Amino acid sequence: MAITVRLKNKLDNFELDINFKSESRRIGILGASGCGKSMTLKSIAGVQRVDAGYIAIDDTVFFDSAQKINQKPQKRRIGYLFQNYALFPTMTVKQNIMAGLHGSKAENEARAERMIEKFQLKGLEDRVPDQLSGGQQQRTALARIMAYQPNVILLDEPFSALDSFLSDRLQQEMLEMLQGYEGTVILVSHNRDEIYRFSQELLIMEDGKIITQGDTKAVFHSPKTKAAARLTGCKNIADIAYVDEHHFRIPQWGCTIETERELPRNTQAVGYRAHEFVPVWGERQKNCILFELSSMAELPFERKYFIRGKDDTEICWFVQKDQWKILDQKGRPDYIQIRPEELLCLKR
Amino acid sequence: MDDWMELFQSLDWSPLWISLKTGIVATIFSFFLGIFAARKVLKAGKKTRAVLDGILTLPMVLPPTVAGFFLLLIFSTRRPFGALLYDNFDIKVVQTWLGCILAATVISFPLMYRNARAAFEQLDVNLVYAARTLGMSETKIFWKVIVPTAGPGIASGTILTFARALGEYGATSMLAGNIPGKTGTISQKIAMVIQDGNYALAGIWVLVIMLIAFGIIAVMNLVAGSRSKDTKRW
Repeated sequence: MAITVRLKNKLDNFELDINFKSESRRIGILGASGCGKSMTLKSIAGVQRVDAGYIAIDDTVFFDSAQKINQKPQKRRIGYLFQNYALFPTMTVKQNIMAGLHGSKAENEARAERMIEKFQLKGLEDRVPDQLSGGQQQRTALARIMAYQPNVILLDEPFSALDSFLSDRLQQEMLEMLQGYEGTVILVSHNRDEIYRFSQELLIMEDGKIITQGDTKAVFHSPKTKAAARLTGCKNIADIAYVDEHHFRIPQWGCTIETERELPRNTQAVGYRAHEFVPVWGERQKNCILFELSSMAELPFERKYFIRGKDDTEICWFVQKDQWKILDQKGRPDYIQIRPEELLCLKR
Repeated sequence: MDDWMELFQSLDWSPLWISLKTGIVATIFSFFLGIFAARKVLKAGKKTRAVLDGILTLPMVLPPTVAGFFLLLIFSTRRPFGALLYDNFDIKVVQTWLGCILAATVISFPLMYRNARAAFEQLDVNLVYAARTLGMSETKIFWKVIVPTAGPGIASGTILTFARALGEYGATSMLAGNIPGKTGTISQKIAMVIQDGNYALAGIWVLVIMLIAFGIIAVMNLVAGSRSKDTKRW
């Protein structure tokens, strides 16, 4: 199954310009709040007006501005899970599940029963959404979508309204419930853990555009652009000044890096993950940054050091609990060292 | 005391029945028209919406006698449209119960329309989107999702509409007149007996209408209370 999406949408102060094609069954779209992720999903589902573009699944065209095709959302068979689940508040769980079914009454009842069974909603059939917990509401919403047998399921930030403990459990639940589903699922989120856990193919969005597309794990492990590095959780990103194949300067961090592997010629910036620094006491060694502490935060399992760079920049160094002992013994380090093999080579 | 008993026994209850009948029928009309108008206005573009909203709210803001003036202008049998209705369909609005209903509907309609609109505007738009992606037809969405969800707002609008229709005076007196047993509503009865200086009889009718009003307020609070039992007070 292949999904093709080309969209152009202009609003007062925002422009959406999306172009992607994917054959993956589990697609994740990662982006900051307000980057146009939800609008993209709503456009695919057909509940959002689109200026121009083309949306198709395999050979079924849902929208084509050139041919003036614009299928109603009712005809697209695309399930949409809203952040607040959008359960109909005056209907019971069972009525919600049956709301979109068009078969005979007996058929619908039977199908609803199967969904209630499958999504562990037994005993809750006659409750209204207000009487359900967050997890039960999510299961009801998913049961309602699944009963409708959609070709595609769109998940719009389904976990962002939940506290982190519940969110973690529900993510696992969701993965299990979607296991047997054959169609395409697109998850939109600003949370990289959710996306990493869920998707095979990753799209990264910024300012209404898709800036990166690729295999999720590959994109996370070696993002190619500054924006991709930032969104996949890289805390330290700085422009570089090229010296030769094995040397470059990072002006903002006040250091020169010597690297064994050849630096790709088109590298404009580097990224370095906050956990990868090595503390150094005493003499300055190569690839070191002066440890000039600006502030520090202690969390249950992690310490966060914010180190002063040049031009009002900050370098983040995160230290896991198992390394605290050595820091407590030896005191603050004089330098922190970069391991060149961990550097991400980035373009703007 | 005997005087009061006598007054009570000889009382002609027709104004109460006429008022109640008028109120109920006008409320039914306003209910459907108001919801229909609210839906249309919300779908309209910005400018059309402003104009339509103004026109539809006008009867609430203007003195009822102005509405009465326009209604007479249209329905008087001496005017083209009124004459046409009377000659071809034998429909007469002026000085009839139909006039009572028409006047009460026109005056009470904006209350229904505005309450329904406010209730629809508060509705979570995702509910409608979700319903669409689930393949529900627009009509089904409207009657099965939107109206029940907006229920409390629509209910209180309906009650206010009924209250307003029940007590309508200005436009009714102009269009339907005060024909005892036919178009004589409670409000008109009170005005008439006061002119004769009959405070006792007027007082009885005032009491009746106040009882109904308290009943309406009680029902409204019940309706509103059922939805907001966890509202915090400050």
